[in-house]
Amino acid sequence: MFKNKLVLPGLTWISLFLLIPCIIIFTYSFFERGVYGGIEYNFNLENYVRSFKWTYFKILLTSGQIAFLAASISVLIAFPAAYCITKANPKYQILLLFFMMLPFWSNYLIRTYSWMVLLNNQGLINNLLIYIGLIDEPIRLLYTKFSVIVGLVYNYLPFVVLSIYASLSTMNKEIIEASEDLGGNFFDTLIRVIIPLSLPGILAGFIFVFVLSVGNFITPDLLGGGKFLMIGNLIYDQFLSARDWPFGSSLSLILVTIMLSLLFIQSLILARKKL
Amino acid sequence: MRKLVYLIMPFLFFAWGTAKSDLVVSNWDGYSPPDIMDTFAASTGFEGEMSFHATNEEIMGKVVASKGAGYDVLFVSSPFAEALNELGLLATINHSKIPNMKNLDSWSMNLDFDLGNQFQVPYAWGTTGICYRSDLVSEEPTSWNHLLNPPLDLHGKVTMLSTDRWLLSAGMLSLGFSVNETDPAKLDMVKDVLISAKQNLLSYDDTTFYSKLVSGEAVMAHAWDGWCNYATWENPDVKFVVPSEGSDLWVDTMVILKGSKNMDAAHAFINYILDENIGAWTIENILYKTPNKAAMEKTIPGLVDAFPNMGYSAQYLSSMETLKDVGDATKLYATTVADILAD
Repeated sequence: MFKNKLVLPGLTWISLFLLIPCIIIFTYSFFERGVYGGIEYNFNLENYVRSFKWTYFKILLTSGQIAFLAASISVLIAFPAAYCITKANPKYQILLLFFMMLPFWSNYLIRTYSWMVLLNNQGLINNLLIYIGLIDEPIRLLYTKFSVIVGLVYNYLPFVVLSIYASLSTMNKEIIEASEDLGGNFFDTLIRVIIPLSLPGILAGFIFVFVLSVGNFITPDLLGGGKFLMIGNLIYDQFLSARDWPFGSSLSLILVTIMLSLLFIQSLILARKKL
Repeated sequence: MRKLVYLIMPFLFFAWGTAKSDLVVSNWDGYSPPDIMDTFAASTGFEGEMSFHATNEEIMGKVVASKGAGYDVLFVSSPFAEALNELGLLATINHSKIPNMKNLDSWSMNLDFDLGNQFQVPYAWGTTGICYRSDLVSEEPTSWNHLLNPPLDLHGKVTMLSTDRWLLSAGMLSLGFSVNETDPAKLDMVKDVLISAKQNLLSYDDTTFYSKLVSGEAVMAHAWDGWCNYATWENPDVKFVVPSEGSDLWVDTMVILKGSKNMDAAHAFINYILDENIGAWTIENILYKTPNKAAMEKTIPGLVDAFPNMGYSAQYLSSMETLKDVGDATKLYATTVADILAD
């Protein structure tokens, strides 16, 4: 009985600040905006029809594409890093992970602004490339899809390293030794033993970056210059500048549905792995 | 019962925290002297508190959702003042309680959206145009088409405002339409013009374009006159021009909400803001023009040399078309802008 009561604060918190808002958003998505914002209570499906118009659907595709690239690149960078950390002297592993997390001590916005300083036409990277003679004119790095992806990867990479490290470090070393004993070279062992066994960590990291990236609106706004929208920006605009709460609500629900399905697929895969 | 009290306790704190002052004002951050509420209290005895909004849309959303509760005086741009008035949320301004109205320029008291200042008192005003680096352009811009269809060497070095009304205005003016155009066919043309202009933009930028001009990252920016002055402040080669097709007159106003519990304090606040010394603070610190004639006459002579747009006369400004509330077309404006930004 006592155990059941312990769940109350968490449950109250979740229902007050997650469940009820979700129900409100769900309800709003079937109504219309008033002329001056606010809600007009005429039930209709117009917002959903509009969400799937090509102009807006394209944003969903772009967001998916950017999030997919960001997640893939993060995994490609994080895997070797996590692997090296597990290979390091155990004394230093904690220290290495600590350095990995260090950027989180500064504010997300400040970290994103620093990338603007690095990437702009008068920025460090362009000046360096001109100085060593690789290019004559500054190349456009900032306000492109490239800069958005760089920003996302940079910000979420440490999470992926942590999640891959977690699954690599708990892996039974004897299995790897067995693979080597049976004549597998490094790459055989990597591809047929280590990667399959660390798949839960890789997948968790991938989904994590994907889900956070697809709904992100600060990075595309600052590093993308507002020139192409991601679904997060579109939703943000509906609530804060267009005052079209019902349309914003339907977009939010679509996004939440996509994220939930991904998390569901992830848990299915993980469940099957365990069987 | 005790459980219930625990549940509502945090909300009681909120209620308690806001109940003690005579007046709640919402303004853009930095748009009035930082110590304004203290000096106002010292001068009139009314205790007030200042909260901030980042955009018109933000405060509009809050006020419409709460039917005006929680605020007494708001600083909003004129179309939003008009919309709030349409919604019946604004009090009629009682001129006899605002003796400093005498400081206002007569041109600013007969603006077409509110003849005779029924529901708003103007605070600052100006126009929109092109802010550019005169040392980096091969040809001085004179037309909206320069901005929307820049010469080859400026491709990727142009920024535009992305706020609904001003983004659309640039397209409307370049096509010779009114800045309050509501014909859907014409808005479609505006949309096409602005989508093709997007190809040559560095970025949309409403807040930091002046630092991009100073660094040379941008050469030409769609800008409000006052904000262009921030770039001129750092680099005198930055100039401002009102394109030949004309531009809009924007007016940031003060309004009193009908539900205000303390009309005397609200009027006293507006009266205090219209004081020529407060007006002078706005001019000197924000580099915006104000319709406060007494303050303008007091400060303007030296400023005009450095910031020529500070010298635009009240008559010249009021000859431009004001942005008006477009009623039902507001929805069409919002979807048009969403389509442009999404494309």
